Amino acid sequence: MEFDLAFIWAGLIALAVLTYVILDGFDLGLGILFPFAKSNEERDLMMNSVAPVWDGNETWLVMGGGGLFAMFPLAYAVIMPALYIPIMLMLLALVFRGVSFEYRWRAQRYKWVWDAAFAGGSLLAAICQGIALGALVQGIEVEGRAYAGGWFDWLSPFSLTTGLAVAVGYALLGACWLIMKTEGDIHHHMRRLAVPLAIGTLALIGVVSLWTPFLDPVYFARWFNLPGSLWSFCVPALMAVLIWLLFSGLKSGKDQQPFFAALGIFTTCFIGLGVSFYPMMVPPSLSIWDAAAPDKSLSFTLVGAAILLPVILAYTAYAYWVFRGKMDPSEGYH
Amino acid sequence: MLDGTTAETLARIQFAFTVSFHIIFPAFSIGLASFLAVLNALWLRTRNDTYLTLFDYWKKIFAVAFGMGVVSGIVMAYQFGTNWSVFSDKAGPIIGPLMAYEVLSAFFLEAGFLGIMLFGRKRVGDRLHMFATAMVAFGTLVSATWILSANSWMQTPAGYSIAANGQFMPEDWWQIVFNPSFPYRLMHMVLAAFLTTAFVVGAVGALHLLRDRADKEARRMFSMAMWMALIVTPLQIFMGDAHGLNTLEHQPVKVMAMEGHYDSHPDGAPLILFGIPNPEEKRIDYAIEVPKLSSLILKHDLNAPMEGLDTVPDADEPPLTIVFFSFRVMVGLGFAMLAVGLWSGAARLRGRLYESPWLHRACLVMGPSGFVAVLAGWITTEVGRQPFTVYGLLRTSDSLAPVEAPAVATSLIAFVVVYFFVFGAGTAYILAMMNKRPATLRLGLRNAPVRAAGMLAPREIEPLTPKTQN
Repeated sequence: MEFDLAFIWAGLIALAVLTYVILDGFDLGLGILFPFAKSNEERDLMMNSVAPVWDGNETWLVMGGGGLFAMFPLAYAVIMPALYIPIMLMLLALVFRGVSFEYRWRAQRYKWVWDAAFAGGSLLAAICQGIALGALVQGIEVEGRAYAGGWFDWLSPFSLTTGLAVAVGYALLGACWLIMKTEGDIHHHMRRLAVPLAIGTLALIGVVSLWTPFLDPVYFARWFNLPGSLWSFCVPALMAVLIWLLFSGLKSGKDQQPFFAALGIFTTCFIGLGVSFYPMMVPPSLSIWDAAAPDKSLSFTLVGAAILLPVILAYTAYAYWVFRGKMDPSEGYH
Repeated sequence: MLDGTTAETLARIQFAFTVSFHIIFPAFSIGLASFLAVLNALWLRTRNDTYLTLFDYWKKIFAVAFGMGVVSGIVMAYQFGTNWSVFSDKAGPIIGPLMAYEVLSAFFLEAGFLGIMLFGRKRVGDRLHMFATAMVAFGTLVSATWILSANSWMQTPAGYSIAANGQFMPEDWWQIVFNPSFPYRLMHMVLAAFLTTAFVVGAVGALHLLRDRADKEARRMFSMAMWMALIVTPLQIFMGDAHGLNTLEHQPVKVMAMEGHYDSHPDGAPLILFGIPNPEEKRIDYAIEVPKLSSLILKHDLNAPMEGLDTVPDADEPPLTIVFFSFRVMVGLGFAMLAVGLWSGAARLRGRLYESPWLHRACLVMGPSGFVAVLAGWITTEVGRQPFTVYGLLRTSDSLAPVEAPAVATSLIAFVVVYFFVFGAGTAYILAMMNKRPATLRLGLRNAPVRAAGMLAPREIEPLTPKTQN
């Protein structure tokens, strides 16, 4: 049997995007929560908790974009012009928040500028990512090998809802990360904030989940006919377990359980999206195989990915391990 | 202002703008990462505090520059799709995997170990910290390798076929990666990055020497930078020449533009040192030229015939004026760097390396020369290969995404405003740090918490704490 290279690559890129979402999710979420911090010291601590890893987290976004370019150039060539405005805004937002990590420590009088840039950039990037997701789910018009829609096709009540959902969800991840990484006032503060954020996230996930099958009969069929309807049972069941873990973790004072439960919720949503999408790359018209690069490109890159991805995961895990445990407020190199 | 300006022109301006801003940071961080690895290794070997102080000083500057490089680089990864989607679709099967390899083998490596390099010395110990520092340096070089392979393939495509749907299909990856101009371009760029860093480090060293000749960190970094200037500049000039000969073989039209040869010279072409191109009349006005020297340099024969742009259809010509000037800026700066290198060598021989204020002043002025030379070099090679994105095969005008001028204009304005603001601020912070002595305990302007001695791991020995309060 031949390997279905396009399918493997679709899986790997999905994995890269998921890794991005859960890693940069908490790191953007922490930025969204920045204005809620009670003091400068709390903000220092929040930022320092991700300073050693944010670069690596954002590299998964480059992997997602670069991987799409490499392995599914047609999908990349269609999606980017279709999502021109949200993508551009996201990039600019990431510029602002990315530089704030270093600038903030160098500024004195204008420190508030970089506090605002960090918070605003994080929020805008999260919303844009959510909008891009929503726009992709609702479908992109393709003619020949190019995007054929208008400039504002991405803007709809649905995509705005997904934008909000992603931003609130990221904030939840950020709060849970801080619960795990901090002690004292900020820890308790985040634990209090996490409850409404969790309720908001789950409510928005509910709205988006119920809305999606009605966007396109194909999605509806996927969820309510066999064998897809098996997922309709599994995904909500898994979700229920994770929700219970999240709230019980928040309530009982466990430090790590809420974070991992929140990651699980994001992963489950991602699986749900995968169920809706498969086998499409750009709904409604481009399938994984329509958009794939030639086999020679796919196999050449797969060799490298097979060797390098495990190594990357290993040293990324190592970097997290080095900086594990609760933050020490007096540590930092600045 | 927008009337008559096409989406293509605007998209080209946008790409030129964002890529020019971007290249500044890697040009600096490639060299700086290696410099940091050397400093850290010297510290571990000699336990001389000067090296540790220098490491901690430049690492903070590196962190700011690297951050700017990362965020401006993410923009590049997406701009291919937003503005140049037809190019992405057609060249994606070849360019894409090269970039994917860059991400997999370099970006993750740099980002994964950067945190440990910046924050982790006390947590992982000296040896692993050295390993992390070396990995960051190695990552920057691997990154340069892949992206220059991709760029070189667009300049001198090889190992491909063209499919019925217009896509470039990979046939032989070895030929694609090691396409004809790649080794030359890679060496030229890596040396350029090293020189850029050397002249920045030299300028900072010179600044502090001008203030205090006894500043031992300033002396050390100035000396190291001047060794680089003395040794690497001649190598770079030699490499640049080899790269030029390679360009002559594979992209002769680009060389015509660089040389300012509108006309063919059947019996020996002159080397035009300077002049003002006159594109309407297709000649160089006020040219100062050395007869037959161009033929001698490029063909190693005084009377070798050289073809000019008169042999090329107008539609296939690059804009000569830009290429002509940018090439001269690059070469001129190269020779200025050589002069500084030789000057420092002479001063060193006389034992007056640290007591030559005029040399220090010259080095201060030359601080940004590497950046200007790198930009001028890239402008030469990128404008010189117009009007193609994939040389001779895919025209720039056929590469554009289905975007409209107002959308590109809006995003261009946004990029210009944001980049000048953000990277202007970053540059200001970097300059503010450089303005302080390396021995300054707190480089950040802010009163950051200083590590308390008691909280550190027990194996920490005394020299690890910054002894820099003096």
